[in-house]
Amino acid sequence: MARQVFAYIIHKDGIADDTALEMIAAAGKIDPDASVTAVVAGAGSELASVCNEVASSFAEVWKIDNQALAYVNAEMLRPMLVRILPERGIVLIPHDHFGMDLAPGLSIKLDAAYLPDAVDFEGIDEGKLKAVREEHTGQVSTHVLSDISEGAVITIRPGSFKAEESKSSEGNVVDKTAEAMEGGLLGGARRFLEIVEAEVGDVDITKSDILVSVGRGIEDEDNMEIVFDLAEAMGGDVSCSRPIVDAKWLEKSRQVGTSGQTVKPKVYMALGISGAFQHVGSLKGSPFVIAINKNPRAPIFQVADVGIVDDILDFIPELTDRINDLKSA
Amino acid sequence: MEILVCIKRVPDTSENEIEVNRDGTDIERDDLVYSVNEWDNYAVEEAIQIRDKVGGSVTVVSVGDEEAEEVLRRQMAMGADKGVLLSDDAFEGSDGKGLATILKAEVEKGNYDLILTGAQADDGAGQVGGMLAAMLDWPCASLVNFIEVVDDKKIKVGREIAGGNQEMYEVDLPCVLSIQTGINEPRYVGIRGIRKVASIKIPVHGTGDLGIAPEAVGEPGAKTKRLDYFVPELGEGAEILEGSTDEIIDKLIEFLKAKGGIK
Ligand SMILES: Cc1cc2nc3c(=O)[nH]c(=O)nc-3n(C[C@H](O)[C@H](O)[C@H](O)COP(=O)(O)OP(=O)(O)OC[C@H]3O[C@@H](n4cnc5c(N)ncnc54)[C@H](O)[C@@H]3O)c2cc1C
Repeated sequence: MARQVFAYIIHKDGIADDTALEMIAAAGKIDPDASVTAVVAGAGSELASVCNEVASSFAEVWKIDNQALAYVNAEMLRPMLVRILPERGIVLIPHDHFGMDLAPGLSIKLDAAYLPDAVDFEGIDEGKLKAVREEHTGQVSTHVLSDISEGAVITIRPGSFKAEESKSSEGNVVDKTAEAMEGGLLGGARRFLEIVEAEVGDVDITKSDILVSVGRGIEDEDNMEIVFDLAEAMGGDVSCSRPIVDAKWLEKSRQVGTSGQTVKPKVYMALGISGAFQHVGSLKGSPFVIAINKNPRAPIFQVADVGIVDDILDFIPELTDRINDLKSA
Repeated sequence: MEILVCIKRVPDTSENEIEVNRDGTDIERDDLVYSVNEWDNYAVEEAIQIRDKVGGSVTVVSVGDEEAEEVLRRQMAMGADKGVLLSDDAFEGSDGKGLATILKAEVEKGNYDLILTGAQADDGAGQVGGMLAAMLDWPCASLVNFIEVVDDKKIKVGREIAGGNQEMYEVDLPCVLSIQTGINEPRYVGIRGIRKVASIKIPVHGTGDLGIAPEAVGEPGAKTKRLDYFVPELGEGAEILEGSTDEIIDKLIEFLKAKGGIK
C-alpha cells in the first residue's frame, strides 16, 4: 500500500499558505508514490473556501470544522489530530510559528518520530528517512536519519521545497469533524484571548526601494549612527535583523523577517547579518542583495548577488564618504 | 512560584565561525567560544523577574557533560537559586524525545508551577519544551514574548506570530513555555558574580537518580539521529569583490548605480 502522508494546511482569511503546495513537493521527495492528504482545520465559510482551493491540488482533503477553531489554537487542535490520524502516518507541518507550537507535542502524542525543520530529503531505506537539516543558524548542514516506520511528524522549512505547478486534482473533501470531536473538546487549559497588532513605526520599510539593513555585527548601539549615515547617502531607509530589535536599538517595525516585515526593495544591503532563514525568507521580489560580513562562510553570501568580506565598522564609513563625494562632485 | 528553566551550553555563533571537521563527524570544536544558548538566557531572566515579583525560586537545569556546569553557574550568578546537572554516559546521542524524557524525570522530583525553555538552541529544532509538556500532560505555549502572572492558578502569555503581531492566551498552571528572544533585557553577569557562586555545589543526577531506563534515552532510544555534518554546495553564491578597499568601493558603487542603489 502506498505510504500515507498528511499535510497540515495553514491558512489565513480563507486562503491557503504557500507552504500547502511546498508540502506536496516535500512529500514527493520523501516517497514519490505517497498519497498526500491535506488536513484543514477552521470554521465556517473561510474553511470551506480553503478546502475548495486545496482540493484542486491534493488527492484528498480532510476538514475539521468547529467554531472553537475559528482562530486555530494548537493546544485544542492537537488532540483532534490525534483522534483522526491513522497509526504510522507521516504528518508534514510547516516549520513556522504555528508548526513550532503544534508539532513537537503532536509527535509525542502519536508516539511518532520527530524530524524538525527539514530542508531536503534523500530517500527512505528500510523504514529510515534520510533528511537534510541546518544547525548553527545555517552555518553547517547535517544529514539525519529518522526511523519513520512507526510514523513521523516532520516540520518543513517554508520556502525550501519548490512548489510544483499544482497538478490539477479533484480531491474529495472528507468531513472529519465528528471523529475529531469524539470525547469532546480538549486543550481548554490554554485559552485564546486576542491578537495584539504590531505597532506602526515611523518608517514603512515594506515600501522602501533601498534598504540598508543592519545586524548583530554592528556590535554596539553607538555604531548605529554610521548605518544611518550610509542610508542617508544612498537615499534609502534603515532596516535590521532581529537581535537589533531585541536589544531595543531600533523599533520592531524595522525588523525584516518572518516575525517582522516582508520587504521587496530593489536593493538590499545586509551589514553584519548572518543570513538565517527567518531573516532572508522575507526578502521578496528578487532584490539586488549586497552582503558585507567579516565571515567569508556566512550563509548570507549564498543569497547575495555581491559580497564583501570585511569589517563593517571600517568599511561603512569609507563607503559613505565616497558616495557623498560622488554626489557633491 | 517554583520555576524550572532548562538551559543548554552551545557554541556562540556570533563569536565563532563554525566549521566542519575533516571527516564530517562533528564541527571543529577546538577554540570554540561557548556560552549559554541565547534563548535560554532570556528564559532565565524572565524567571528571575517573575520570582522577584511574586516570590518562590528559580532552578536552572541542563542535560550535558561536566562542562555544562559552567553555564549553570553563570545563570546562578545571574540570580537563579539552584542548579542541577543531568549527566550520564547513557544520555549521549539523545534526540529531542530523549532529552524531554530526562527532563521529565527531573521535573517529577520537584514541585514546579512553571517550566521555561528557550524557543530553540544551536540545532534549531525547537522541540524540547513542547515534547516535555506533552509528556507531562501540561499546557504549553511556544515562542512566548510576554508573561504576566494573574494568580497562583493561571498566567497570561503572549506568543510571537508573523509580522510583529502577538497572540494572547490565558494558561493554567502548571505549564511549559518556550521563550523567544526580546521578551526582556537580560542582565549583565560580571566575573565577580560568577566568583560568588563558584563554590556552590551543583548536584548531578544520572539514570539511577532519575529512575530512567538507559535504553529509553541516548543513542538507543533515539528515532532521529544525526549522521554527519557538511557544508552544502549551493549554486554560485555571491560574486565576492576583491582588491583594496578603494577598488572594492569603486566596483560596489558601479553596482549601486546600475541597480538603483543610489538615489
Ligand atoms: C521563530 C523565530 C523567528 C525569527 N524571526 C526573525 C526575524 O523576523 N528576523 C530576523 O532577522 N531574525 C529572526 N529570527 C532569528 C534568526 O534565527 C537569527 O538568530 C537572526 O536573524 C540573526 O541575526 P544576525 O544575522 O543579525 O545575527 P548573527 O547571526 O549573530 O550574525 C551576525 C553576523 O555579523 C557578522 N559580523 C560580526 N561582526 C562583524 C563586523 N565587525 N563586520 C562584519 N561582519 C560582522 C558575523 O560574521 C555574523 O555573520 C527568528 C528566530 C526564530 C526562532
